[in-house]
Amino acid sequence: MLDFLSAIFAIIFNLSTLDAAVRLSTPLLLAALAGLFSERSGIFDIGLEGKMLAAAFAAGAAAGVTGSAWLGLAAGVVISIALALVHGFASITARGNQIVSGVAINFFAAGLTVLLGQAWFHQGGRTPQLGPGARFGEVDLPGADVLKDVPVIGDIYNHLVSGHNILVYAAFLAVPFSWWVLYRTRFGLRLRAVGENPAAVDTAGISVAWLRYRAVICTGILCGLAGTYLSIAQSAGFNRDMTAGRGFIALAALIFAKWKPVPAMFACLLFGMLDAVAIRLQGQAIPGVGVVPVQFFQALPYILTVILLAGFIGKAIPPKAGGVAYVKERT
Amino acid sequence: MTRGKLPRWVDYGLIPVMNLAAAFLVAGLVVLLIGENPLEAVRILIYGSLGFGEGIGFTLFYATNFIFTGLAVAVAFHAGLFNIGGEGQAYVGGLGVGLACLALDRFVPWWVTFPVAVAGGAVFGAAWALVPAYLQARRGSHVVITTIMFNFIASSLMVYLLVNVLAKPGSMQPETRNFEAGGQLPLIRDLLPGLDLGQAPLNLAFVLALAACLFVWVLIWRSRLGYEIRTFGANQSAAIYAGISPVRITIVTMLISGGLAGLMAINEVMGSQTRLLLEFTAGYGFVGIAVALMGRAHPVGIILASILFGMLYQGGAELAFEKPAITRDMIVVIQGLVILFAGALEHLFRPWLERLFASGHVPEAQAA
Repeated sequence: MLDFLSAIFAIIFNLSTLDAAVRLSTPLLLAALAGLFSERSGIFDIGLEGKMLAAAFAAGAAAGVTGSAWLGLAAGVVISIALALVHGFASITARGNQIVSGVAINFFAAGLTVLLGQAWFHQGGRTPQLGPGARFGEVDLPGADVLKDVPVIGDIYNHLVSGHNILVYAAFLAVPFSWWVLYRTRFGLRLRAVGENPAAVDTAGISVAWLRYRAVICTGILCGLAGTYLSIAQSAGFNRDMTAGRGFIALAALIFAKWKPVPAMFACLLFGMLDAVAIRLQGQAIPGVGVVPVQFFQALPYILTVILLAGFIGKAIPPKAGGVAYVKERT
Repeated sequence: MTRGKLPRWVDYGLIPVMNLAAAFLVAGLVVLLIGENPLEAVRILIYGSLGFGEGIGFTLFYATNFIFTGLAVAVAFHAGLFNIGGEGQAYVGGLGVGLACLALDRFVPWWVTFPVAVAGGAVFGAAWALVPAYLQARRGSHVVITTIMFNFIASSLMVYLLVNVLAKPGSMQPETRNFEAGGQLPLIRDLLPGLDLGQAPLNLAFVLALAACLFVWVLIWRSRLGYEIRTFGANQSAAIYAGISPVRITIVTMLISGGLAGLMAINEVMGSQTRLLLEFTAGYGFVGIAVALMGRAHPVGIILASILFGMLYQGGAELAFEKPAITRDMIVVIQGLVILFAGALEHLFRPWLERLFASGHVPEAQAA
């Protein structure tokens, strides 16, 4: 048992594992916050995956053609917002089924990215390999050099805090910012209200549709950042199906966090950590347990979320008006 | 929401056709964006899927998959449940089919294995729907979310089993050994050589799919359980007031739904691949959502919608062959658009049509 615990500790409290966990949880965090805005306003969104994928492709393609990471970012965000607005139109104006719309966007993005990638770049759906200028490189935070020789703190600051790309910092700064927007601004109050009781918001003379449209635009921006991170910050170009289910893990994290921003960050860090540990453990035996199959770690975020949904770890209650289009008058 | 204001032929005929037309219009724009001629693409697609015997055979083969997954989604729809986990249920159903074939194929002829494999697929598929069903019924956790989670859990589970447990000894391929004759369904091309089906893997599972359609029709519209399912789907409180147990209906409906999804594996695993392999579901489970929506959750509609999607799959393969710029991913794009227009935007043209028909009959009402 002691062997087991010390082995687990050695794996988890290891700078390179923690560092990898931060990198792997960044896209999850951005996508989970994206889902937060939409779902708190009463629009279920299982199309996070598709929006991320489309943004990753657009960012990879734009950065590949222009050689500018910032133009890549802009392209990724614009495409993601466009898809978010399609979802918004289907859910808000056309009063369609939000789950179906999300599925449609996932399909559309999965097909279109590879189709256009192949037609434009002829590399089997990949976008061109990006040079250093076309990617978001690592940023050394001030003082990293000075603190380098300080034991423990220097290492942590140097490896874990400093030396990430700018989107990692953006993701973690988006957490307090989202919290502030949702809980300390008028927009946030109304957004949360419209997800619980749109009729009350409507009675107060506020447009339900316009509020929800603004919420899905926020979702689009954040999904755009998440996708951009994958293709031009974490990797050097877009690959076919490069989101690989991260949009759904983010959704799981959002549920795990009971639709709250700060817990969402911890859920994403947990799921990112599981991923990092799985990579590290590949084929390695844990004392007292033996080799844990890597698929177990891959399934663990979903299993944990199901256990949570079953009500064994607290209770996850979704926004009350989620999934239902608002109809102003009786028909 | 406002169904009933329009004549039935508009509701069940014109609106689906208009939605489909809109989807194909946008798909045509995508083809233009790639720099190909959309009309030429449509011609190749239709000829490739219906123009010759082998094409028709493949179209019906793909349609078989969609009938099963479409029925699975449709049955759940009638109870007001959204089973988005057809993909995972079909995947795990494949395990049931595969295990039955692996156990029996060396000892008995196919017609002995067949019922066991059908039972295996249905039971394993249903079992994969059980936990989401129970959680929805007893714990109130939304079946959409739990079935999504179970799709991913199924995927990890099957990778693990195929790599570590079921792979044939000495092989790095994550797949089982090939089933022998006792584990293979007869192909239609061997049963009816006069049909000229070429190499199409159309097999007896197609007949099973048609039987499943009949089963679903009888179940939903001609049985007591089906009446309870529809009542529950239409108005939960009324159903409970009438003494229908919500827990029982939710669980039973999801089990039937999962079982139908699991049967898809009969066509792929026992009928065509004759071995269990990774990702044989290839998104068919998700397409079932589009099929059920387009088919208005009615078996006849589902057969028609399945044939349409079968045409897309087969015609799309021909298209990718003739026009290398239009890869098979075009099918996925069209599917996405069909799901969007026929599903999420199904009410897009409705208000406009309602005005049109209202003004046609009583012009004064429009003015007032």
